[in-house]
Amino acid sequence: MRIFKFFFFFLFSGIYCANARTIQVCKSCEISNLETAVELAQDGDVIRIQKGTYNINNLEINKKIRLIGEDFPILDAGFKDDGLLVTADGVEIYSIEVRNTKRGNLKDFSGIRIDGADNVIVWGVRIYNAFFGVYLSNSNNALIYGNVLVGIAPDQTSSGDGIRLWKCRNVKIIKNYVSGHRDGIYFEFAYNGEIKNNKSIKNLRYGLHFMFSDTNWFADNLFTHNGTGVAVMYSSHITMLRNGFYQNWGSASYGMLLKDIKDSRIQQNMFKMNTIALYFEGSSRVKVDSNSFMENGWALKLLSSCSQDSFLTNNFIANTFDVSTNGTLFLNYFHENYWEKYTGYDINKDKIGDVPHRPVSMYSMMVENMPFVIFFMRSFIVDLMNKAEQNIPSITPENVLDSAPRMHAFKYNASSS
Amino acid sequence: MLQVVELYKKFGKLQVLKGIDASFSPGKVTAVIGHNGSGKTTMIKCILGMVIPDKGEVLLRDESVVGKWKYRSELGYMPQIGRYPDNMTMGQIFDMMQDLRKGHKTELDKELVEKYCLTEMFYKKMRTLSGGTRQKVSAALAFMFNPPVLILDEPTAGLDPLASEILKEKIMVERAKGKTIIITSHIMPEVDELADDIIFMHEGSIKFHKSMLELKAETGETKIGKALGKLLS
Amino acid sequence: MLKITKYVLIDILRNRILLMYAIFLLIISLSLFSLEEDPAKAVISLLSVVLIILPLVGMIFSTTYFYNAYEFLELLLAQPLKRNTILLAQYIGLSTCLVLAFLFGVGIPVLIYYPNEIGAVLVFAGVMLSLCFAAFAFLASVSTRDKARGIGLSLLFWFYLAIMYDAIVMGIMYAFSDYPLEKIVVLFAALNPIDLARITVLLKLDISAMMGYTGAIYQDFFGNWKGIVFSSLVMAIWVVLPLWLSVRIFNKKNI
Repeated sequence: MRIFKFFFFFLFSGIYCANARTIQVCKSCEISNLETAVELAQDGDVIRIQKGTYNINNLEINKKIRLIGEDFPILDAGFKDDGLLVTADGVEIYSIEVRNTKRGNLKDFSGIRIDGADNVIVWGVRIYNAFFGVYLSNSNNALIYGNVLVGIAPDQTSSGDGIRLWKCRNVKIIKNYVSGHRDGIYFEFAYNGEIKNNKSIKNLRYGLHFMFSDTNWFADNLFTHNGTGVAVMYSSHITMLRNGFYQNWGSASYGMLLKDIKDSRIQQNMFKMNTIALYFEGSSRVKVDSNSFMENGWALKLLSSCSQDSFLTNNFIANTFDVSTNGTLFLNYFHENYWEKYTGYDINKDKIGDVPHRPVSMYSMMVENMPFVIFFMRSFIVDLMNKAEQNIPSITPENVLDSAPRMHAFKYNASSS
Repeated sequence: MLQVVELYKKFGKLQVLKGIDASFSPGKVTAVIGHNGSGKTTMIKCILGMVIPDKGEVLLRDESVVGKWKYRSELGYMPQIGRYPDNMTMGQIFDMMQDLRKGHKTELDKELVEKYCLTEMFYKKMRTLSGGTRQKVSAALAFMFNPPVLILDEPTAGLDPLASEILKEKIMVERAKGKTIIITSHIMPEVDELADDIIFMHEGSIKFHKSMLELKAETGETKIGKALGKLLS
Repeated sequence: MLKITKYVLIDILRNRILLMYAIFLLIISLSLFSLEEDPAKAVISLLSVVLIILPLVGMIFSTTYFYNAYEFLELLLAQPLKRNTILLAQYIGLSTCLVLAFLFGVGIPVLIYYPNEIGAVLVFAGVMLSLCFAAFAFLASVSTRDKARGIGLSLLFWFYLAIMYDAIVMGIMYAFSDYPLEKIVVLFAALNPIDLARITVLLKLDISAMMGYTGAIYQDFFGNWKGIVFSSLVMAIWVVLPLWLSVRIFNKKNI
């Protein structure tokens, strides 16, 4: 509801304003270019852009206006500079298409750049072939809703992010589709954000990336075919709900990568067919519950630098390795997960296995310490090792165990997207 | 016709042949006799090229044949125990041998095939045949290609009396045609019946190589078994 | 030579054990493909079968055949035939039968359920392993006259290549684990036909992503024609080398 109030407030604010003028822009109109339109406009005015192609070059919007396209007029930056630059509070941009920003390392060239402007709305906008899609810096309370951002990032070093936040608060990012950028969505020093129902697909580096960004919330997003689905680094109080992490598959790919994260929650997510579904490094007090891990290479890599993380009521099904860790120190907690590889029994029929499950196999331990051992995957000797281990459980690492493994898988709904 | 010259062969530490010299002439049956382990089979295998001698020569018409293979078209060999691929029929075995020796010039000699009535069993698989029948096959194959040299290892062992007789007759006929025939045997009456010359081997060397007539004259015995007993005592 | 091969074929193709082996492979392949929804996973399971059962059965069967056909070999040796010819003809006949059994038991199901490049690589690896282990079996067989020792020797070959080799390589590399050795692993693997077959197939599968950055390098290499030529060449060496050794031994052998 919060989101909607916010949204309607902005939508109707223009209509309430009695003095509001509408400036029409089209190729045959009196005003045929946007620069003139913006120049003529005053706070509270609406600029309506008819269908057509308009050249823009770092067009600054420094008044509180609404920029509304009719059936996606094309604003072409012609590879010269930024597309639009918003510097006034309360600007609304709707239903336009921005294309072809400059690329390069001199400046973060962006389709729509919002700099030091609060309460900006960008919605229903298409941004194609931009270096950065939407770039927000020092701007609070923005709403980025229902946009499509498609880049053609050639490689990581010469490409920008889909939606980039730098020092922003209370930004909401909802129902966007981001693809072909370096990072789909990137939060740096951004707080109290909400990221919901987005699709971040085929981005080169991360589908979603947090750096030094505390107290953020993301739910019901879909991350597929990215270099890595989500990376959360040096942040705390992040809530991650019901997201889908699919097919982030490659030699250095993760479903979700956590580095130095504290006090966060990962709940009801689906991790399927990722090389490494969930990677933990230096994290503490993260609660991971009710997630499903299916058909991943590694479901969980938990380095021994992590502590007080708890893993409850998750499903681990058909992963090559369920859990791997790199040391003997293990200060985390597993309880009541379902492990498909569990071979114990349940005599008292309480649906909880009577003997503990040790999810770290000796082979996964070896692979962690000597990476070359992975090349012996599927060899007879490794098969023998795994068989031997089942019968002589004493050779598995002692300290990683789930003392109450569930006998049956939990039924969780897969991510809505 | 066929000669072995100074044959030496060692298996591991065991010196099996210690300088064998012998020649086998056409139109004669030479019987090689001796105890088990005296080197008979090794010598025969040297002639056949199955065992490669450490030293010495095997000469066929004064030409060395050691390490060669074409000369074997002039040999007919009947092994002591004939074993054949289990899943082939007898007919296929005969076809195969004809196929493999396609180069031979003279006409096929199918006398034994006919006398042993083997044609009737051509459809049978080798696996199902008795030892005696397989010996018959071996004998028939050895004579089939009309080779000038015949090497028969214990030819009548395992054959029923009737079949033995047929084989012996055949040997005599071939001798009359001027073939060089070598047999090994433990059955002294058989040697009496067939052999013209006797080679007696003992511990890897030839004790004597004499014609039957000589042997009998020397010892004054008419039976080879007794003659041998006298000679060796 | 082809004449002898023809008769060896006539003999072995009616062999019941070979028939059972082919049917056994067929049952395994069909059940894997029909039980597993994702044929790629069935291929991974099939790979284990190919890597373990194929060399083992191929080797035992070939060694047993060689000794059972010993008298036949004697018969052939008494004929005007070269020794090389006889042995090679027997090898060709025998390995053809093993390959046919494999193609029937695994090749056909793969063709039906998974007719793509990965399937082709799996079948190719299986064919090469069959050829290679038949050659090893011949080497073991010509090395000793005693059947039990011959079979023991082939089992030893198998045990060494299927298990010991990997254990030794892991041991050596563990001793030097301070160095970045991942890149060398594949070199070591190339020296063992089973490992080479395994890695060639694995690198074609999605699972290769788990082999990390080094795996990606090898995937690039094995993905293009150079890699295919390389692995075929090494496999071919593993067929020719034991075969050549057995011919050498056989030529000097006393039967």
